[in-house]
Amino acid sequence: MSALTDRLDAIRGEGRSALIGYLPVGFPTVERSVRAMVAMVDAGVDIVEVGLPYSDPVMDGPTIQVAAERALQGGTHIVDAFTAVRAVTQAGAPAVVMSYYNPMLQYGLERFAQDLVVAGGSGAITPDLTPDAAGGWLAAARARDLDTIFLVAPSSTRERLHLTVAETTGFVYAASLMGVTGERTSVGAGAERLVAATRAAGAPRVCVGLGVSTGEHAADVARFADGVIVGSALVRCLLDHDDEDAALDALRSKTEELARGVRRRT
Amino acid sequence: MTSVLSGAAGPYFGAFGGRFVPEALVAALDELTDAYNKAKHDPAFGEELARLARDYTGRPSIVTEVPRFARHCGGARVFLKREDLNHTGSHKINNVLGQALLTKRIGKTRVIAETGAGQHGVASATAAALMDLECTVYMGEEDTERQALNVARMRLLGATVVPVTTGSRTLRDAINEAYRDWVANVETTNYVFGTAAGPHPFPEMVRDFQCVIGQEAREQMVALGGLPDAVLACVGGGSNAIGIFDAFLDDAGVRLIGCEAAGDGVETGKHAAAISGGRPGVLHGAMSYVLQDTDGQTQPSHSISAGLDYPGVGPQHAWLADMGRAEYWPVTDSEAMEAFRLLSRTEGILPAIESAHALAGAVKLGRELGSGATLLVNLSGRGDKDVGSAARYFHLLDEESSQ
Ligand SMILES: Cc1ncc(COP(=O)(O)O)c(C=O)c1O
Repeated sequence: MSALTDRLDAIRGEGRSALIGYLPVGFPTVERSVRAMVAMVDAGVDIVEVGLPYSDPVMDGPTIQVAAERALQGGTHIVDAFTAVRAVTQAGAPAVVMSYYNPMLQYGLERFAQDLVVAGGSGAITPDLTPDAAGGWLAAARARDLDTIFLVAPSSTRERLHLTVAETTGFVYAASLMGVTGERTSVGAGAERLVAATRAAGAPRVCVGLGVSTGEHAADVARFADGVIVGSALVRCLLDHDDEDAALDALRSKTEELARGVRRRT
Repeated sequence: MTSVLSGAAGPYFGAFGGRFVPEALVAALDELTDAYNKAKHDPAFGEELARLARDYTGRPSIVTEVPRFARHCGGARVFLKREDLNHTGSHKINNVLGQALLTKRIGKTRVIAETGAGQHGVASATAAALMDLECTVYMGEEDTERQALNVARMRLLGATVVPVTTGSRTLRDAINEAYRDWVANVETTNYVFGTAAGPHPFPEMVRDFQCVIGQEAREQMVALGGLPDAVLACVGGGSNAIGIFDAFLDDAGVRLIGCEAAGDGVETGKHAAAISGGRPGVLHGAMSYVLQDTDGQTQPSHSISAGLDYPGVGPQHAWLADMGRAEYWPVTDSEAMEAFRLLSRTEGILPAIESAHALAGAVKLGRELGSGATLLVNLSGRGDKDVGSAARYFHLLDEESSQ
């Protein structure tokens, strides 16, 4: 059992859904991104996804693309993700890294897993790596009890749901819709169906991401998912405000809105 | 060599290839693989493709001996496989017709494509017009400027061209954007991928649609007197190269030389030579050679040729390079442009700047091998789209306007 699954189970015990917040490390700078992650924890995020910026983020929409591009221009490196993981964990929230595959591969899968453990991280979410292609990563993570968090999508067949659930630990990341990250006016109607199908395939914990932008959305998803994952709407708070205090204020109030959402009884 | 290399099956080519993609795309890639495997064994599909190749593309493409050009190649005999004479002006149409037919078979109504030089985009727009498919082409903003003529051609053919303004604003970003479109619209949309790279089944499937080049050329060379000593082709993602190499892979005596774009020179770091100057890694869904930094961030590529300006390469080439069956030579911008001028002036054939990289390889190899050698060069495309860039490169416009 990882800190992540412990926390998810404790939150389920409270009769609510978890709030999982994503920010990319290094945007607008490494220090400021780490302070933003900690501020998010203080304001009510239960679990943090530390994004590792990548040059070719095919699963990300414009908001996260811009933030990642600026983080890389600013000289963000893989090791900075571990700095962020350490800070988040010290602030009291389980941390997972969200990374495309090639940076992990080039860093060395064993070394990546080892450094993640040392930093106190619970595992990694891999948006462009499916379990059937993840042999080396699965071995490195299993040897250290790190969670391997894979995605399922509305297009996943029953067979693939079973395959993915079998290799996933921590939680299954259910993509609410067919598309990339980004704020949307509503959460995909297929999300609830996908969560049910994923549970039927044996998943004990399923969290939903993509397009969740408001407290309203969070409350809606919280009805049927163990966790609500929010990225772009949080990143936007940092994109919209160059001034750090203003950015953190916006981030806190967005986080509070979402935290109220996952606690709302509908 | 006892093993059979021709027609090697994916998803893996040795340690390279595979499928590293978001789960959301797996179902579509499985559907495509399945449809392709069925089509491959369906005589009706083969006949339809052969009919289009003959009556629409104009196949077989001819082989032309170029003796005046060959004088600059150490006196070796040089033959060109004339893919430039295909309808739409390059080898890209061979692949696109196959994938467009498959799109119809799986019942999708819309195709998307990425393009660098614009040749794959033009070919896709053409096939879409022919087969009544909706077509959107993603093209890096820098390339829309370098290849403005092809943007207009695509629009005339009824396609929507979307300039991509993120990242390096070239082919790699166009592919990223096409993937994003595909994830969101996969129910109606098929991704017609333009080169023998990307996730399975693309490297194998695109090769199979392009290997007609080598099959024809091998027969044509035999009829002209025998197998060549070497076959040369430019390598962007690697589709025209693997298309001409495939039929010769098991002819151990035939050297296979892929000419990568070395831009200002591999040593300057400003190049697009993934095999000569990169390391194994995952980009756009497959394991292959990639230009990348120590963190695995893709490095921007540089080439005068939009169609070769890509930091990756198809996985089968990575495999052939590692086993030593094919050689990959870096060819700089200036070497390519010199060869461009040479072929134009000696033979009256304007090559695509991409193909000029292979011609530059032939100049070099011919000088090495001398007058007894026979070289076959894949002339993958014509230079019409490059007239503006080449005229600027050689300062022809300035001279004219100052006269
Ligand atoms: C004429 C021509 N040759 C070659 C290429 C490079 O592609 P590939 O390596 O897939 O043949 C292109 C790409 O746009 C092209 O237009």
